[in-house]
Amino acid sequence: MDHQFQLPGSYKKWTYGLIGVGVLALLYGLIMYHPFAHAGHGENVNSTRFWAVLLQNSVYFLLTVNAVMFFICVTTMAMGGWVVAFRRVSEAISTAVPLLGIITFIILLSLVFGHRTDIYHWLDKDAVAADKILNGKKGFLSPTFFIVWSFITIFLWWFLGKKMRSMSLESDKHGTMDYETGKKWIWNNTIWASLFTVVFTLTVASTIPWLWLMSIDPHWYSTMYSWYTFASTFVSGIALITIFVIYLKNRGELEFVNKEHLHDLGKFMFAFSIFWTYLWFAQYMLIWYSNQPEETKYFIERIGTASKTGPFKGIFFLNLIINFVAPILILMTKGSKRNWTLMTFMSILIIFGHWLDFYQMVMPGTLHEHAEMMPFEFGVPCLFIGLIMWSTGNYLSKHSMLAKNNPFMKESMIHHT
Amino acid sequence: MAGGIKKFVVGSFDDEKVLFPAVKNVRKAGYKIHDVYTPFPVHGLDHAMGIRETSLHTAGFIFGITGTTTALTGIGWIFTRDWPLNFGGKPHFDLPAWIPITFELTVLFSAVGMVLTFCYLCNLAPFIKKHHFHPRATDDLFVMAIECTDKTNDAEVQAFLQNAGAQEVNVQEVETGWWIGTYDRTQKLYKEEKGY
Repeated sequence: MDHQFQLPGSYKKWTYGLIGVGVLALLYGLIMYHPFAHAGHGENVNSTRFWAVLLQNSVYFLLTVNAVMFFICVTTMAMGGWVVAFRRVSEAISTAVPLLGIITFIILLSLVFGHRTDIYHWLDKDAVAADKILNGKKGFLSPTFFIVWSFITIFLWWFLGKKMRSMSLESDKHGTMDYETGKKWIWNNTIWASLFTVVFTLTVASTIPWLWLMSIDPHWYSTMYSWYTFASTFVSGIALITIFVIYLKNRGELEFVNKEHLHDLGKFMFAFSIFWTYLWFAQYMLIWYSNQPEETKYFIERIGTASKTGPFKGIFFLNLIINFVAPILILMTKGSKRNWTLMTFMSILIIFGHWLDFYQMVMPGTLHEHAEMMPFEFGVPCLFIGLIMWSTGNYLSKHSMLAKNNPFMKESMIHHT
Repeated sequence: MAGGIKKFVVGSFDDEKVLFPAVKNVRKAGYKIHDVYTPFPVHGLDHAMGIRETSLHTAGFIFGITGTTTALTGIGWIFTRDWPLNFGGKPHFDLPAWIPITFELTVLFSAVGMVLTFCYLCNLAPFIKKHHFHPRATDDLFVMAIECTDKTNDAEVQAFLQNAGAQEVNVQEVETGWWIGTYDRTQKLYKEEKGY
């Protein structure tokens, strides 16, 4: 059996097309929005808009592809054998981490060194000195810590993810493993997967969303925030895997993937949509109930008050409809989770929905009522989607589509839900 | 509810690998399988027997929706019509505060409702009696009961089951449904059974 995948022309066309659209949008932004103009408070709205859109998209897509590596690691640790049939697809998507990581890091550096106080208010030294709350957070929200920790984080994601991939590729070179070799191989995988998960916990599940996104509103904090971000990106990561799996299945690849695997991916999408909603609600309800001015500020900027509607009210509730109401109602039945077309639709909807979620996380604190939803906002994500497709296609066409010597391969082939 | 006395050909198998082709062949031959009793849940047996998918989850959804409606209408009526209270200046219709209770009632209704429905569908209750085709069905035998009609030649079915690999084959004329009360015949102790 030959498991080598030839990238079809249409795939390449779409990849370069999307990258092209994204680069055009970026160039348009560079020329029209004066991104290097002074970052005054609301003086150069377009300049703020340029950086806010870049921050939203780079962080969202980076965390999403990184969540795919997290998915590999948790299934490895839990000895979830069913994923092995499409393990290479998840690996391929996670190769986008270094690429998007570098882009994100460059954007973060530009924000810090460009002194973008319109994005990160805590960059303003005078304001911090005069502000008791920000002064108390000085150690954490400081340029040095921000850059060093971001660098370490992205480096570790790349390094540990690469290790996981290389162990999988290494297994292709030798024949089928005997019991002892297989056991040792699984053990090594488990160790590295655990290391990744520890790093993941210290970064995505805690500090990174605080630094990159929550610090846009530096006075405000929510203990749910990182989990919320994690749930958002994890469910979009699963949706991303699903889209690629369905696409490759359509091309006649992935012969061992069947409706059972699709069903389980659907369960993950369903479950983590509910999990996201749980966190959304826990964050919202407690703040709504206790009604502390410094906490409610976050939601007032979005949905407004009883007397004045906020600029993001529509998006705020649309977000809830796309990411909660739609998955819970559509993905509830067994039949829909085993339906290739419906699962494709839901995956795209969920990725869009959580992109919208990130939009309403970044924009209100930076642009307030000046946020737009124009071709530029839709053009920049095209660049990132194109880059993910490029990176994924690159890996898939270079390596065997089937991790054939993985000891769990048989378990995945006979998987039955 | 007693379903009347019916005649069954009962075959016992001691191996899953023999049972599956036997089930397939019995169905192919056109005999009606009343049920297969196994000591543990056998993966895929329901599919092999051609039993339709359970609708227990649909019942669960309906119970859940009932719970949601009960909670929302209940709390809604109490706090906006019957006894409006001021909690920290919140509006009387304060939906977010009701969500946890609504969630709990949804879960409670669907869980309790599904357990009761399951017991009803399986005829499980403390006072209910059912006929056991073979006592070792709870231990180590897979017991297949084939229902006989007027036209069934039970000698032929017995031979068929024997050929399919059954260890023990017999004919029983028994009550098909469940009933309230005692067994007609006093039951033998397990250690008096053949094959103990």
